[in-house]
This record gives sequence, C-alpha cells and structure tokens, in this order.
Amino acid sequence: MKSTQNTRFKNSWFKDSAFLALLLTTSVCMPLIGHAAEVSAFSDVQNIHIRQLAASCAACHGTQGNSVAASGDDGANAVLAGMAPAEFTEKMLGFKDGSRKATVMHHHAKGLTVDEINQLAVHFSQQKRVVTTALKSQTLKAGHE
Amino acid sequence: MNNTNQFNRRDFIKLAGAASALVVSNSGFARATKPPIGRVVVIGGGYAGATVAKYLRLWSLGSIEVLVVEHNSQFVSCPLSNLVLGGSKSINDLTFGYDALKSNHGIKWVQDTVTAIDASAKKVTMLRGELSYDRLVVAPGVDFNYDTLPMLASAEVQQQIPHAWKAGWQTVNLRKQLEAMPDGGVFVMNVPKAPYRCPPGPYERACQVASYFKAHKPKSKVIVLDANAEIISKKGLFTKVFNETYAGIVDYRPDNAITGVDVVTKTLSTDFDKIKADVLNVIPPQRAGKIAQIANLTEKDYPWCDINFLTYESKLVPNIHVLGDSVAAGLPKSAHMATNQAKVCANAIVQLFAGQAPDPAPVFANTCYSYVTDKSAMHVANVYRYDEGKKIMVSAEGGGVSMSPSEKEGAYAVAWAQNIWADTLT
Repeated sequence: MKSTQNTRFKNSWFKDSAFLALLLTTSVCMPLIGHAAEVSAFSDVQNIHIRQLAASCAACHGTQGNSVAASGDDGANAVLAGMAPAEFTEKMLGFKDGSRKATVMHHHAKGLTVDEINQLAVHFSQQKRVVTTALKSQTLKAGHE
Repeated sequence: MNNTNQFNRRDFIKLAGAASALVVSNSGFARATKPPIGRVVVIGGGYAGATVAKYLRLWSLGSIEVLVVEHNSQFVSCPLSNLVLGGSKSINDLTFGYDALKSNHGIKWVQDTVTAIDASAKKVTMLRGELSYDRLVVAPGVDFNYDTLPMLASAEVQQQIPHAWKAGWQTVNLRKQLEAMPDGGVFVMNVPKAPYRCPPGPYERACQVASYFKAHKPKSKVIVLDANAEIISKKGLFTKVFNETYAGIVDYRPDNAITGVDVVTKTLSTDFDKIKADVLNVIPPQRAGKIAQIANLTEKDYPWCDINFLTYESKLVPNIHVLGDSVAAGLPKSAHMATNQAKVCANAIVQLFAGQAPDPAPVFANTCYSYVTDKSAMHVANVYRYDEGKKIMVSAEGGGVSMSPSEKEGAYAVAWAQNIWADTLT
C-alpha cells in the first residue's frame, strides 16, 4: 500500500467512526488492523527507547522495577516501580555528581544523561507495584548436560 | 501462512501504523481473536533466549507468536556456579524450570535439538519436527573448539577433566573431585584466549577453589595458566586478592597457553613447562554456538557472529537475529549483557513487524559481580550506548569497578541473581 493511500486512509476514512465500526464488525481482516495498531500505539506512547533502557535495570531491580530482593537497610536493589519521580531523580543525580554515597550506582548514574534520568523517573513512577518473590529453584535432573 | 495472506497482513500493518491513534480505542474488538502479526522462533532458552521470548510477548502485547526450542528441560545459571566449586552453593540452588515463563507469557515451547536452518524457506529442522518462522532468533551460547586440544573432546575424557564452563553436571563433577582431593594436592586450571564466556569467570573460579582450600585443605595449591598476557577483567582487584587473600595458594601465570594434555596422568604442557595436576580443569577456546555455525552466521576466519547493533539481525543472513555469547562484540559475554541484547532485539522486532523503525540509539547497563570468597564480591559496572559513527555499542564515561571486595557486595550479588532469574524466567 502506498503512503499516499495511507494518508487518505487516515485523514478521511478513519475519521468516520460509524464507517470504522462497520468495518470492524464486518471484515475478517479488521482484527489484524486493530491488533497491530494497538502495538504501534503502545510503542508511541511508552517511548520504546526508555522502556528498553528501563528494562536494562531489571537485573538488579526486577522486571519493571519490581525488585524481588530489595535489601531494606541501605536501599540496595530498591523497588523502583511506583517510586515518586522526584525521589528517583534526586537519588540518581546525587549518584551522578558524587554527592550521594554509592557502592555501585555511581558507575551507572555517571553514564546516563540528565534527560535519561528524568525519563526513567517518569517511566518507573508509572509502573505498577507488584509484590513478587524470588524464583524457587529445582533439583537438577539426570538428563541435563 | 500463504503468500497472499502475508501480503495482506503487511499492508494492513502499515495502514494500522498510520491510523493507530484512531483505532486503538477499538482494540477490544481485536483482542477477541488475536491473530498473530508475526511468528518468531527462538533457538536457545538461556539468559538471552528466555528474555527475548518474554519481552517479545510483553512488548507486542501478545500479538507476536513466540516459540522457543531448547534441548534441556531445565535452566542452570552459569552466574554463581563457581560458588558450587567453592562449596557455598549447590547446583540445585541455581537450577530452575521454565513453567512460569511459559504460562505467564503464553510462550510456546519445544524441547528438541535443532539440526538445520533453511534461511531461504524460513524453516527450522529439529530431530522431531519442523518449524516455520517470520523471524528467527538464535541464542546458542558458546561452542567449545577442540581443534588445538582434541584429546579433551570426548564425554568420557571430560568425566576426568571437566570444563565446567556450562553449569550442570560437569560443575558437580569438578566439585566432587575437589572434595576427594587430599590436602597438599594441586588444582590446575587455565584461562582460554579471549574472547570467551564471562571474562572474570576463570579468575573468580581460582578464588573459589582457593577459598575452599584455605578453609579445608590449606596445604593445597591452585595453579592458573592464562593464555592471555594479563588478567583480562578486574585486574587490579584480582591481583590483590591472589597476592594477599590467597598468598601461597594461588600461583597465577600469564602468557601460559596450554599446548597439550596427557589425559591419563593429568599433565599439561605449555611452551615452558609440564605441570601435573591432581584435579585438572581445562576451559577450552570458544566460538559461536553450533547452531550459529550450522546457519552460516559466522565467517570462516572469524568464529563469532557479526550483527547490526540496532536489531541484532545477522549481517550475513536476513531475518535471523543472534543474541548473547555468540555475538561478535567488544563487549563482555555476560548474562546481563545477553539479557540487554535480548531486550534491544525484542524492541526492534516489535517495531519491524509493525512497519516502524527500530530505536536508532539504544542504551543499556551491565553489572557483573565476582565472588572472591564464599561471602565477598566485587563489581564492574558500565553503561553502554550506540555509537552512530562506529555502529557498535561503546562504554559510556563513568563506569568502573569496586574499591575492594566486600560482604555488602556479596549480598548485592545474590540480589542481582534473584532479580535476573525472576526477570528471565517468570
């Protein structure tokens, strides 16, 4: 499909919501459109760059900031999901400029830009807090290499 | 899916991209049937393969069909497996199932071994069947290259001289040999020429065995023969630990490549010496995993896979992405790095299926802990960002290593493991 047709599609056909509803209910192809659109719309609003950078933090802070092993007393491996943006930014900027004592985090904060820190702050504040526990281990089976 | 359908599907995806804001409110209609917008087959269920499978499902909101092919029924973590040799962990602390990953994310799973890949037909052949794909992700880890050490290639010899460089029964075997060794014995291990899986891993292993000897067999020795000119990760820290914590136990010898092994007497040859071991651990030179070789993802004179760092798509074969230790990169072959690559790749594949451009400038972080005793660990941590000029990931300013190993970082390392296991496997 050519881009000019795309534009026409967007500007005229889809503005007619009655037509859209008809199309959705009558065409077998429409679920494909709806679903792909959902994916790309998700990509747009979530900012794919920041969602991937944030996901990089999961090794120490859990999926979407839900750490399974936050060690209470010194704030290590902190839960980032739902953290207030101001708290996140204050801590990270402190690690970055050296004003906040760090064991590991200064090596990460110094490598990030202020803009990235601000965006991560917003991203993590929007993640839902889910209480999770460490994964249960198993007995190694005989057939494994 | 036949050609006509595929044509239609791609066109509709483009249309949908342009009209997304308007259509999204009607997504309830779409959810009822959910035909996939693409099918990805992932070969390998290690850190990279499991992570790309999960994040493809998460970030496509379930619209990409994902099938993983893995020949093992369980996941055994290489990170922390040196602690099994030291005696502070059991292999059963590091072994996990795939059930939560599969059921939480609707990932289809095939326990089988891949024998061939037909890139033009987009087809994977396994011992017990075939799978077709729109995009293939290959995450096979490393393969051991026995060309220079052919006497170590057989499973029988590896019972006597394990590599224990893929966590599993060989790790358990090596620990048993250390337990059986009398006090005053000599443990000999090597460091293969870089690049290899887990740059600080061999030095951590030397520390773990030395830690066990110091506590239980204080007259015993650890000899480390390094094919490299110097310690290649956390050099200052490991040097200090070898010279102070393990003075009189660890004998570290740089520039000492193994040239031969007498498997009967457990005697190693180097250009300088013959060294007899009571317990011998040879970590062979490494190259991209077998599947990467089978699929022609490596070139003859270079055994790693060249990829595009925005998508992890092979530079040699289209529609095949490569992740983890098989990737040719000036980056550490670590578990955290493998999961990062997997997330950049998942992000890119979702974009590509939606007819959109991948992130032009990915950034990620790597944190790697090494245990020097049963409780103390130290880290190296860096942010990496895509360099548009060089077209590779380069380390950002500000990364670095611990001031010194500590029990505090030992606790952080456990928390790292628990979080990365949960992120990868649930």
